[in-house]
Amino acid sequence: MSSAAAETKSQVAAIGEKYKYGFVTDIEMERAPKGLSADTVRYVSAKKNEPEWMLEWRLGAFKRWGEMKEPSWARVHYPKIDYQAAYYYAAPKNTPLKQSLDEVDPKLLETYKKLGIPLSEQMALAGVAVDAVFDSVSVATTFKDKLNEAGVIFCPISEAIRDYPEMVKQYLGTVVPVTDNFFATLNAAVFSDGTFVYVPKGVRCPMELSTYFRINASETGQFERTLIIADEGSYVSYLEGCTAPKRDENQLHAAVVELIALEGAEIKYSTVQNWYPGDENGLGGIFNFVTKRGDCRGARSKISWTQVETGSAITWKYPSCILRGDGSVGEFYSIAIANHYQQADTGTKMIHIGKNTRSRIISKGISAGKAHNTYRGLVSVLGKAENARNFTQCDSLLIGKECGAHTVPYIESRNPSARIEHEATTSKIAEDQLFYCLQRGLGQEEAVALIVNGFCKEVLQQLPMEFAVEAQKLVGISLEGSVG
Amino acid sequence: MLEIKNLHVRVGDKDILKGLNLTVGAGQVHAIMGPNGSGKSTLSYVLAGRAGYDVTDGAILYNGENLVGMPPEERAAKGVFLAMQYPVEIPGVTTMMFLKSALNALARARGQSEMDAIAVLKAVRKKAATLNVSEEMLKRALNVGFSGGEKKRLEILQMALFEPKLAILDETDSGLDIDALKLVAEGVNSLRSPERAMLVITHYQRLLDYIVPDRVHVLSNGRIIKEGGKELALELEAKGYEQIVKDAA
Ligand SMILES: Nc1ncnc2c1ncn2[C@@H]1O[C@H](COP(=O)(O)OP(=O)(O)OP(=O)(O)O)[C@@H](O)[C@H]1O
Ligand SMILES: [Mg+2]
Repeated sequence: MSSAAAETKSQVAAIGEKYKYGFVTDIEMERAPKGLSADTVRYVSAKKNEPEWMLEWRLGAFKRWGEMKEPSWARVHYPKIDYQAAYYYAAPKNTPLKQSLDEVDPKLLETYKKLGIPLSEQMALAGVAVDAVFDSVSVATTFKDKLNEAGVIFCPISEAIRDYPEMVKQYLGTVVPVTDNFFATLNAAVFSDGTFVYVPKGVRCPMELSTYFRINASETGQFERTLIIADEGSYVSYLEGCTAPKRDENQLHAAVVELIALEGAEIKYSTVQNWYPGDENGLGGIFNFVTKRGDCRGARSKISWTQVETGSAITWKYPSCILRGDGSVGEFYSIAIANHYQQADTGTKMIHIGKNTRSRIISKGISAGKAHNTYRGLVSVLGKAENARNFTQCDSLLIGKECGAHTVPYIESRNPSARIEHEATTSKIAEDQLFYCLQRGLGQEEAVALIVNGFCKEVLQQLPMEFAVEAQKLVGISLEGSVG
Repeated sequence: MLEIKNLHVRVGDKDILKGLNLTVGAGQVHAIMGPNGSGKSTLSYVLAGRAGYDVTDGAILYNGENLVGMPPEERAAKGVFLAMQYPVEIPGVTTMMFLKSALNALARARGQSEMDAIAVLKAVRKKAATLNVSEEMLKRALNVGFSGGEKKRLEILQMALFEPKLAILDETDSGLDIDALKLVAEGVNSLRSPERAMLVITHYQRLLDYIVPDRVHVLSNGRIIKEGGKELALELEAKGYEQIVKDAA
């Protein structure tokens, strides 16, 4: 076994404490002045050395945002967010883009190590490239060379704006329009950084692409912007892992992810979201308001979302697929776990526009403690979508008596040839299952983790191998203290 | 090894065991027979520590230690194993995965080192072959869609793997065909040893032809009403419970 793999393994094995990622790295930060104004937008844009057109785009978004209202339809409750009380830009001081890992602040590397990310050259062996976003600036990008050879562009979006402006202009905001929703518009105005991926025609990306996000500075919102374009006949698998340190105050995270699959292309996007969920009493935790959407723009293209959502105090997230190309396929595999006072309102939208489009939704919601977990989904078949097919399965598992599970499926069909199937179940961990496990020597928490992992199996199977292991552990950890 | 004294057990608001006494020495195999609803499974659950089975009086001494109030997983670590009358299904968890988790949980609790996947696989395969548990079964979700007989064979496989000190078999023979019955009996017999005690609950004398018990107890209405040697099973078969209960009164 390579040392990187061994390292990862031992770090994963070490995940055992309540919230392993609750540490803060002491690095000097450079921040924008507190609050949000056109000047904040200009500050962020200037920090990124952005061209004029980008600043205009941001300012346009900011103007629209001022006219918008925060949505209130989701089944989540939280105190009013004071958008003027946060910082919108924070970056480690003195960190221009590094060419090699040796140049990176060892403290940062230490952070990654604690996160269990072996950000070392050996990762090539594991076939993963990491574009690590530390708060707002991408500090280290690896494996550029190997990707360059294949013609794959994988870089911070700030860099793409400077180096590939035509491509960015062509695609940015075409899947999630600037004015899509309150949080997406806010993101458009102040996004700090994020990832850009372009896979050329016919290229199968030679490795899994992986980005770890981490919110470090206090009181900063994290506004990622990701744009992935898979050109005709190409394939890419992208992994996103997120963690944030423990803090008493709530932090806002409003990311936007846009995926574009052209003819015959396939994008697989996997997320393991483990932002700080708050403590047992509901203090602190990330507010996670995210807009993720994929556009199957070409015929026979495919976009597959897989998410394991165990963190955040509030999750508001609906990774969706616009099935525009004929014969295109959209998939959504989700595990959402809410424990203690966490609130999750998540699901997907499958918009069938092209003929013979297919979508598949498998959602596993687990609620424990006093948490509330809502699946909210839309399957929409437009008039020209002949022979559209959807299969939806929503399973909810309740642990304890004080939590709640809610399923809100919306179905609209304007084409009589559509076939839409929806199955939903709600169950509890049966006492006899628990007893059976205990009788065989498993502890309470281990038994619950095992049973819940079994419940989630169909979704866990969708994750790339290394992440599946991590996700399984997370399932167990996030349910600690939920029984007994 | 096991000494049950004046055991009273309540489930919900119903008294089910009403002063049960039973002693099983190390190395012995005892059979428990009794009519439906007499409390046999209740006894097995209480020994294993299932929640909801409240001991209202009496004691369960296991190697001198009272088990009452001890969590089930601790009892398992101390060597108590219950082959259940109705093994439970756990969807999505492969049988192999379950066996590995249980083996390692027991190893941890017993202060032994854990086994890696390959070691577990080897150990399981060896025992599985003798019990005719197929490779395919090990890959399927635990007990999900298993036939009655397959579930029972898997229980015995677990018993063989976990090497308990006190094994309770609750109607492991029901649902088994004749060949499987022999396999299971052989499995049980091969585990007989001077430091291991077994409690075999059954309705059928036939099982006791294969697993010859040291003692046979008749449980009726929450109490042991009669006990004897292996010939008691034959007597039961001839007379039926009604007569035995009358005789005992
Ligand atoms: N949860 C419960 N609530 C009320 N009564 C119960 C409960 N569980 C068991 N009982 C009752 O306790 C009695 C003993 O049940 P038990 O399962 O121990 O019988 P058994 O001897 O194993 O019977 P069988 O031979 O049919 O397996 C029965 O009358 C049963 O209905
Ligand atoms: Mg019974």
